[in-house]
Amino acid sequence: MKIYDAVIVGAGVIGCAAARTLAQTNLSILVIEKEPDTGFGISSKNSGVVHSGIHYTPGTNRAVCNVRGNQMMEDLCSELCVPFKRTGKITVAFTEEQTQSLTKLLEQGKANGVPGIRLIDREKMEKLQPGIVGTTAIYTPSTGIVSPYELTIALAESAYANGVEFKFNHTVRSIDIPDRQKKYFLLHTETNTFSAKVIINAAGLGSADIARMAGIDEYTLYPCRGEYYVLDKRLKEALNLLIYPVPGAHDSGLGIHLTNTVDGNILIGPSNEYIIDDEDTATTIDIMETLREEGHHLLPSLSSTDFIRSFAGIRPKLAPPEEGGFRDFVIESRRDVRGFINLIGIESPGLTASPAIAEQVKELVGQLLPLRDRKDFIQGRPVIHNTPFLKKRFSDCSHDEKKTLISQNPDYGSIVCRCEEITLAEIKTAAARTIGPVTFAGIKYRTRAMMGRCQGGFCLQRLTEILRESFGITVDTQTLKGPGTELFTGPLRPSSCPLGKES
Amino acid sequence: MDKKIEFAVAVIGAGPAGLAAAAGAAGAGAKSVVVIDRDNRAGGILNQCIHDGFGLHRYNESLSGPEYAEREKQVLLNYETAGKITILSETFVQDLIPESYGFPLAVMSTGSFRIIRAATVILAMGCRERTAGAISLPGTRPAGILTAGTAQRLMNIQNINVGRRAVIIGSGDIGLIMARRLTLEGAEVAAVTDIQPYPGGLDRNVRQCLHDFNIPLLLSTGVVKVHGNKRVEGITVAQLDSKNRLNLQTSTYIPCDTILLSVGLIPEHELARSAGAALDPATQGPVVDQHLMTTVPGLFACGNVLQVHDLVDFVSEEAEYAGACAAEMALNQFRSTGRVIQSGNTILPIKVGSNLRYVLPHTISKPGRVTLSMRVTAPEINFRVCVARLEKSDNRILLTKTFTRVSPSEMLRFAFNCDTVEPLEVYGESF
Repeated sequence: MKIYDAVIVGAGVIGCAAARTLAQTNLSILVIEKEPDTGFGISSKNSGVVHSGIHYTPGTNRAVCNVRGNQMMEDLCSELCVPFKRTGKITVAFTEEQTQSLTKLLEQGKANGVPGIRLIDREKMEKLQPGIVGTTAIYTPSTGIVSPYELTIALAESAYANGVEFKFNHTVRSIDIPDRQKKYFLLHTETNTFSAKVIINAAGLGSADIARMAGIDEYTLYPCRGEYYVLDKRLKEALNLLIYPVPGAHDSGLGIHLTNTVDGNILIGPSNEYIIDDEDTATTIDIMETLREEGHHLLPSLSSTDFIRSFAGIRPKLAPPEEGGFRDFVIESRRDVRGFINLIGIESPGLTASPAIAEQVKELVGQLLPLRDRKDFIQGRPVIHNTPFLKKRFSDCSHDEKKTLISQNPDYGSIVCRCEEITLAEIKTAAARTIGPVTFAGIKYRTRAMMGRCQGGFCLQRLTEILRESFGITVDTQTLKGPGTELFTGPLRPSSCPLGKES
Repeated sequence: MDKKIEFAVAVIGAGPAGLAAAAGAAGAGAKSVVVIDRDNRAGGILNQCIHDGFGLHRYNESLSGPEYAEREKQVLLNYETAGKITILSETFVQDLIPESYGFPLAVMSTGSFRIIRAATVILAMGCRERTAGAISLPGTRPAGILTAGTAQRLMNIQNINVGRRAVIIGSGDIGLIMARRLTLEGAEVAAVTDIQPYPGGLDRNVRQCLHDFNIPLLLSTGVVKVHGNKRVEGITVAQLDSKNRLNLQTSTYIPCDTILLSVGLIPEHELARSAGAALDPATQGPVVDQHLMTTVPGLFACGNVLQVHDLVDFVSEEAEYAGACAAEMALNQFRSTGRVIQSGNTILPIKVGSNLRYVLPHTISKPGRVTLSMRVTAPEINFRVCVARLEKSDNRILLTKTFTRVSPSEMLRFAFNCDTVEPLEVYGESF
């Protein structure tokens, strides 16, 4: 059996960031993921905000990794060709009490080393976002936005290009820790056993369970759901930068806010609700109504047809409901279980902090195994960088650029998703570069097909044909997001001619 | 760049509206008409409508969708042979930005990107279905949730089975048709639900698709929650009280593996909007005058992109007329020299009066025969629609049409001979 230097459990943004950072060294690395793709858990279901770091107590992992991650994000995204935008953010006070909290946030932000942070008055607020309500605010110019799924996918692709192995659809069921008889960890999934010198537990909502499999039972996670609305791109110009309310001391989130996404949609959310089942990403009637009301309040030009989608993500909180607020991220190398590294309770600002957490992981691994930096490390994503114009979406190209692209590859002339203007060429590349199995959700996250206002009404049927014709995936095995999520029950009736073709 | 006008009329879309608009334009003397369609086969949604009931008004017989489309395509064939109509299939219009001299259209297809220019443009792109996101369907988002029209295409064109036990949300016509279709293919349809106290589709579809197959229709019923993380496992529905709030005490769980949505259609108005045409919030389609011209001179609209129809026969009728108007405008002059049809006339608005959701056209620019179409806000019996002068006076009523029953699901459509140049109001009332 191959003995990996490091096995990372979880291919979310934290696991993938750790994988890519460790891929810069001589280590052999395997990432085990229960889903069929990267980032299908909490990494894809959040605001996509690159936070400045004003909200957390100085010196904590949260504060340190947030500020450091924010510094690293721009270069990282440019290396990996991931859309990133430094929008800035204003945190607005409406009441006297909130104004006092603002002063505290300002001091905290300064202590954390948040660049450019300052209090601004009404006049400046109005200048940054005409029509804004509230009396005074903190402005953090370093806040930005990133595509959370694209970042996760890009980190994985970069790690993969540098030799990291991935096993998808594998759930770790038990772990044997090293003892006198054997020197290595054994990780058992339903079908396989993997062996590792070091385990990095980046299992998100499952990280407390994974720790427990190694005999570490001091952690409990409390799932806390946040619901969102996605708004039509029509409103893209409505919001210049991010606008947040001042959070209350015991709030478990940062309050309902409007967030631009790098793709031009606006998000409303998230709500904050402790739940029992950590897989329950259902949206609820009451909260959606609250979000709609809040949306109309914050964005008066909003019409009822602008709500195109709702979704929910789940925060893996270490703070129980009765305590509220935030506990610090657990980033630790266990002394009792030597070689076991825990990354637990990485909720917001985990996306921002991911590259900084990965740096810390590298340091912790370096204390366990001899590390040598590789000279042949590939910085970017060869699959993207070697394909002309893939760094930019077809829909963002000028007429002349489109013409050139189509003359180089005729498939660029064929639109598959008409809302987001995604071409056949982009769909084919996305399917071809997927590390694990190809799923509709995977295509969606890689291309934005099905993410527009018709939500796949037009392109789902075309995607079905493309996956069948160009990738040999039969209709009964086409899934939304892996086994159990089959989209169709098969052909309607036996047919001697190919499906969908006239005889 | 070459600024030569290649086409008198460009028609966007080759569904029933586009086909009839092109025929109407060629019939009115347009010598060069181009029809641009994204599909590989003209006919639009008709191609997937394998049930019958099309053409009762236009052809006096009950045709299937593809048969109806074939009849329409036959008309075009002669013009195509004569070189008057060109159809570009599997071609997308990227953008449409009016210039002072004709309309440049950026069009692309596999291996090709070019700009074509037309003197006038007819929008005939039809409509799209409202989605689960658009109605804020609560609960999880597993596999097995489709709009009814997507399911119809998958089953009827692509030979793909979508599920074994379905609940259909919304009783629009496509939902009703799909309830029957699924049943005929051996699937079970547990229920069709609607939040309204009356069905959203045509009466004949309720009878022929639900009653004849004993499929329950649950009116005044809303969705509490979709269940299932991977594939749909079931749905909880509940009745709405008099304030339109869900009464959770009436919650019922219905196991199913498939949810189809038939919750309304929205005109594909993006090109109209990007071209700068004003939109009507009630129809979500462009604002038009009696010649079906939008507020952008030379840009016309017809069919479901203008207003969602329930009968294709009226789509064809409307589109033929739009085609003729566009051709006339193109033949007289290009738009740079002025608004030929409307020159010298004041544009008079038509006010939407009581009990009506909308009235088309929005304006009248010249006396003559006008086809009015409208929908009521609620079902009524013994109802009349009055066309009247806006100004209150004794003889203000110009035309009255009476109906024994009206419903929001059935468009009212009648001709009006407009011999006045005064502002008008159209309103409805029970009697």
